[in-house]
Amino acid sequence: MGKLFDYRTCPTTGLRVDRAAEKLIKANAVAAIVFLAIGGLFGLLVALTRWPAVHFLPADWFYLALTAHGFDVLLVWIIFFEMAILYFASAVVLNSRLAGPKWAWTGFGLMLSGALITNVAVLQGGSSVMFTSYVPMMAEPHFYLGIILFAVGALFGCGVFFGTLVIAKREKTYEGSVPLVTFGALTAAIIAVFTIASGAIILIPTLLWSVGLVSHIDPLIYKTIWWAMGHSSQQINVAAHVAVWYAIAAMVFGAKPLSEKISRMAFLMYILFLQLASAHHLLAEPGLSSEWKIFNTSYAMYLAVLGSMIHGLSVPGAIEAAQRSRGLTKGMFEWLRKAPWGNPAFAGMFMSLVFFGFIGGISGVVMGTEQINLIMHNTLYVPGHFHGTVVAGTTLAFMAITYLLVPLIFRRELMMKKLATWQPYVFGIGVAGISIFMMGAGTLGVSRRHWDMTFADAVLPFDFPAAAYLMMGLNGIFACLAALGGVMFVVIIVGSVFFGKKLADDEQPTYPEVPPEAAAVSHYGSSESLKIPGTVMLVSIFFVAFVLYYFVNWKYLSEVWPLS
Amino acid sequence: MALTPPSERIWWRQPIAKVELIWIIVAFTWGLIMFFMMIYWHGAGKQNLSNEAYQIKPQAFAQKAQAMIDEYQVREESGFPVVRPPPGSDVYLIARLWQWWPILEFEKDQSYRLHLSSMDWQHGFSLQPVNINLQVHPGYDMVVTIKPDVAGEYGVLCNEFCGIGHHNMVGKIYVVE
Repeated sequence: MGKLFDYRTCPTTGLRVDRAAEKLIKANAVAAIVFLAIGGLFGLLVALTRWPAVHFLPADWFYLALTAHGFDVLLVWIIFFEMAILYFASAVVLNSRLAGPKWAWTGFGLMLSGALITNVAVLQGGSSVMFTSYVPMMAEPHFYLGIILFAVGALFGCGVFFGTLVIAKREKTYEGSVPLVTFGALTAAIIAVFTIASGAIILIPTLLWSVGLVSHIDPLIYKTIWWAMGHSSQQINVAAHVAVWYAIAAMVFGAKPLSEKISRMAFLMYILFLQLASAHHLLAEPGLSSEWKIFNTSYAMYLAVLGSMIHGLSVPGAIEAAQRSRGLTKGMFEWLRKAPWGNPAFAGMFMSLVFFGFIGGISGVVMGTEQINLIMHNTLYVPGHFHGTVVAGTTLAFMAITYLLVPLIFRRELMMKKLATWQPYVFGIGVAGISIFMMGAGTLGVSRRHWDMTFADAVLPFDFPAAAYLMMGLNGIFACLAALGGVMFVVIIVGSVFFGKKLADDEQPTYPEVPPEAAAVSHYGSSESLKIPGTVMLVSIFFVAFVLYYFVNWKYLSEVWPLS
Repeated sequence: MALTPPSERIWWRQPIAKVELIWIIVAFTWGLIMFFMMIYWHGAGKQNLSNEAYQIKPQAFAQKAQAMIDEYQVREESGFPVVRPPPGSDVYLIARLWQWWPILEFEKDQSYRLHLSSMDWQHGFSLQPVNINLQVHPGYDMVVTIKPDVAGEYGVLCNEFCGIGHHNMVGKIYVVE
């Protein structure tokens, strides 16, 4: 055993929990949830404004709220929570002390001040440039400064994570290879370093440009490098939330990956290929060749998509194998019917898996097809897609694991259990609705980031069909549902963290139920006889939906004006 | 389980279950099909982007557009010149805060070399209800050969955020028999 450090022993897992790591996990998770609440509120205001019958905010406030919404939830909520995941997946899971807690706190301070500075810049009104801040549109200098500080802070967090891996290895706190969840977190951290470097390369010159020290930034180069940050940061989310899926499957079912080799290879594909996705945002741009677009937009022949499709089989497959070994073997779906649907950690995780695949995943690949992008670029289809990935996928998964972190890390009994049972459904269905109806509106041509689809003040008129108004109304209704689910989450978690019954250091939490000892459920040796018919059926349905939807969109494309 | 180190030390030597292997092969093959579909469409499909683009100063682009307007203007509508350039010619559409300038009039089933560029910030050319969407940059002249195949009146919306007047940036294209 290594150096002595201040720890407690977890009564559930028997692992040592470094108290410094525990405090950092708490601080990052709390900051994350505060910004989720702020960003979510802005999101609700945006959706209410785009609901034609409500049209809530005036134009200047709408663009301000949309900028704040993008920054606070897409970047701040998610990256703060990912810092918590990195510290959990390194120090806690590996039974180790955390490397350099002071560095981690410095990173936390930088992230917090960066987030506050950029929020102030946006609220002052002079930086309503959208989260993407495409040049030559200029924001106030402190808008960029805040993002840079936030990114540097996150880089510190990644450094602490890598350092902890080294310490754990050197002090032999675990045997053999790191667990799969840690491997997934490592994937996220490696992509994060690439992401932050890209952000620095483009945002530092842009900051200098905004104070007059640099005369010109090429808009096409800006966009190419900005999206090397912007899209890659979403790939951090994918790697992180897939790691969370595996973690929840392990904690709730004691599920073991079907094959360590395959699951790790799938994560490796993310590291090798996901960063090419900057091209997804450049398919309708001048000056880039089709060869470049095709290679990059497909992640070199869809190898990163292959990674996700592998996880799409191996996560539910691991759960099915675990359930069947417990005797739930009747028919194709007894294992799923009798899953703990009242446990918010499982319900949230499984909906995240399904929505990420069916809504976010399929639409993303279709929209990222070089030519099909022509009929979707910058329409509401785009936010429809990424609410399917980042909200129904990542946010729902992070909410789900929070229900396990409250008893295990915050050491509090969860309050309002009845409400918690409903929360993932309210939020999940709300977000699925938002995604689908925005995609519907986008298919009818409605623009994203647009205050008035009636064009009441435009010199030349244009009318959208009634169906487009219907879509936007439904989007508004489901946004209210999602907002309700978000409020439920914040109330339950904040309430439990501050007022929940304290658990003594040696006390077992009773809810959500976590099996004390994970039974080894699927064996590598049984690979020939592995039976997961339910998962095979789910994956087959997914595949058929994918193929049909893909070719339907080629059909739509073939009907528009010929262009070359 | 996924939260503990692999129970088999030499996990990379463990055999892969048949069902996983089949799924990997199916998914990989599907990826190849999707990849080659894009290349196939460049040859067989009618909707592709050209790779033709030039760097150009906004003033130079505006001059070319003005020359076209002077030569081919047919009428005026709500303060916008309506221009009917000959089929096959170079047609210039200016994007600026917050207008698509001028209004264009095309003949059905004829080809035109449409040039798009911005005078200021980025804009989004969104042709509705056809739903063709292209990004318009300042300093770049994007050339697309279009062939309108249905007569009618079309809106050109802006779908890249370009400031407080963004939602009022509407242009028009007519396609006549």
